[in-house]
Amino acid sequence: MAERNDLIPIYIMGKRYDVPSSLTIMKAMEYAGYTLIRGVGCRGGFCGACSTVYRIKDDPKLYFGLACQTVVKPEMYLGQIPFFPAKRATYDIAQLQAQASTLFQIYPEILRCLGCGTCTKACPQELNVKGYMAAAMRGDIASVANLSFDCIMCGLCAARCPAEEPQYNIAILARRLYGRYLSPRSEHLHQRVQEIQEGVFDQSLAELKSLDVNALKERYKARPIEA
Amino acid sequence: MTYTAELLEQLKIVEATRPQRLGQTFPAMPLEERQELLKKFHPDYIESGMREVRIGSYKGKRMPIELADVVEGRPHVDAHFDLSNPDFETDVLVVGGGGAGASAALLAQENGAKVTLVTKLRFGDANTMMAQGGIQAADRPEDSPATHYLDVIGGGHFTNFPDLVEALVKDAPIVIAWLESLGVMFDKTPDGVMMEEHGGGTSIKRMHSARDYTGAEIMRVLRDEVRNRPNIEVIEFCPAVELVLDDKGAVCGAILMNFETERYFYARAKVVVLATGGSGRLHYQGFPTTNHYGATGDGIVLAYRAGAELAFLDTMQYHPTGAAYPEQILGQLVTEKVRGLGAQPVNVKGEQFVYPLEPRDVEAAAFIRECKERNLGVITPSGQPAVWLDTPMIDLIHGAGTIEKALPAMVRQFRRFNIDMVHQPILVYPTLHYQNGGVKIDADCRTSVPGLLVAGETSGGVHGRNRLMGNSLLDVCVFGRRAGVTAAQLAKERQPGKPTLAHLESWNRALDEIGVNGAVRSPILIPNYARKG
Repeated sequence: MAERNDLIPIYIMGKRYDVPSSLTIMKAMEYAGYTLIRGVGCRGGFCGACSTVYRIKDDPKLYFGLACQTVVKPEMYLGQIPFFPAKRATYDIAQLQAQASTLFQIYPEILRCLGCGTCTKACPQELNVKGYMAAAMRGDIASVANLSFDCIMCGLCAARCPAEEPQYNIAILARRLYGRYLSPRSEHLHQRVQEIQEGVFDQSLAELKSLDVNALKERYKARPIEA
Repeated sequence: MTYTAELLEQLKIVEATRPQRLGQTFPAMPLEERQELLKKFHPDYIESGMREVRIGSYKGKRMPIELADVVEGRPHVDAHFDLSNPDFETDVLVVGGGGAGASAALLAQENGAKVTLVTKLRFGDANTMMAQGGIQAADRPEDSPATHYLDVIGGGHFTNFPDLVEALVKDAPIVIAWLESLGVMFDKTPDGVMMEEHGGGTSIKRMHSARDYTGAEIMRVLRDEVRNRPNIEVIEFCPAVELVLDDKGAVCGAILMNFETERYFYARAKVVVLATGGSGRLHYQGFPTTNHYGATGDGIVLAYRAGAELAFLDTMQYHPTGAAYPEQILGQLVTEKVRGLGAQPVNVKGEQFVYPLEPRDVEAAAFIRECKERNLGVITPSGQPAVWLDTPMIDLIHGAGTIEKALPAMVRQFRRFNIDMVHQPILVYPTLHYQNGGVKIDADCRTSVPGLLVAGETSGGVHGRNRLMGNSLLDVCVFGRRAGVTAAQLAKERQPGKPTLAHLESWNRALDEIGVNGAVRSPILIPNYARKG
């Protein structure tokens, strides 16, 4: 292989590797020879499998990111957090009520939140985690649901929390309560479900299924297109 | 990262033509022209990328070379693997922790079965998690399941299996209501009306969304619900590497592997549901992919060795809009919702060249033609051809703030690399997205092998030769649920016989006969990305 002039040093769990400067952390680890099983998932920033904590030489600050979405920097010291043992409560969503006391009963530690904001600093999605935890303390389920919506449940907030909050698990409880109980009811959806169960569309579907390809093509071409 | 000076210059051309393009959409392609375009430019028709399979029920039929190579692979274990003491027993073994596997587990459990769900990586590491744009269901008064049926079957070039399409469109509104009852937050107006948009190939707006985290929202809710249910055990980092048959040729369990210790063990089950997803990580014809890390075609390999029939595996879906710049996110998904909201594809001269919402195969082929034949694409610094996707049009059409609100994941994705898609167009090119075909199933997810059910991307037939946007999230829920119901029912009826792996002996013999010696061990489980040396 030809010598490359774009290599920079990075440290994977303390060990030095020289990698091309344009790579993401994940691809840099593979360039270094790793075959990943933990700490890799969708590779597109959606699944939260590749949480990474890093520090740059001589800089005391800790930085957080997704390995698949963060480009390497020179003298980067990397630690993967592929799993974090945060508390997750078990509940039956159908038996709950969408009220503040539900949150507090299932996750009493909500009220222990210090409001320090360490979670917000750690969030690779740049969510206002502290903000939604404050909403959780107020029992404001709708605000928790909306503020936390882009959460990918990577667990970095919980990993950093001095009050040992499982923020991302609290958030999904709030979102599920919102989606099931608080979001406005879709009358047209329930009307349609009832029609289907009554067999209203059975005949039109049976007719389409009975058509040959040419007849289907004519129907397809003739169907109106909504603007 | 941001755009280079050269790209910024070219970008000005797009800005210059924008006022005139607003409110003016390139006309849709007549049905007759679609086939011609596909044959000339779609990767499915590149003969050098395909070969015939030489053994098994699909013998003599074409599939991508990379898939044929793993389908004709050597098993992980041999026929003498000790099956006398199962490591555990369950009614229903669900293989795969995506949307289809989770839905199957829930419905099997509700219908009285004891369920074990095993998954190769983490529970939820699946293409479901990455599906952004939406899920189709004909629930508006002016829409109907019949109209949905026509859109699906026309998008699939009239090759889809009618029974499967009927199941898909009829269950769709039921699935939306089910997901909402589990707590999925769909986008709605304050009075509860679902906010629905067009997708490629839809004749009416029926794309439901949860911002542009639709799949992630569905997946995390299903995962949470599975974890809350009694009688469902979830085992992560535990891929299946072989199906076990009984002396009557029915499936009675699987050989599993602890992915970290590489220890193999035998799980006995009355029914197995394969829901292992697709195969984008096989990188057909060298294409980048939108797929998650584990999409290596495992289910096809397992089902085929057990004797299942396959369908439509000569056709893969290339999503028209994969990110083409910056290189760090090459091939990652730019959701079709971007075009659904009004962004137009534009060539290097700032001109439209295709209707923005053709079915995906047609749209992708038109992008390839624009770059390869007409030479009107943009070339990125790494040499990647691309076309512009004029994202700033969205806020001009729908009002300021729409992009941030409707496409937060996309905005974040590009902002991480200093590209502001609210104000700057982005560069896109087709990327390997979806396995249109798979294991042949009926509307209850039965395969040609007794005791083996398949659901989701591993299955074939519902989408024919091309899937429309918003029908895969729907597919995994509709057929995952159906598989769960069928599995629970079969588990009550079936009494599996003596387990055997004798089919591996005949498989290996068949490989020997065609002279395959150095074949890969398959399923390959993960792609080989580690640099050697």
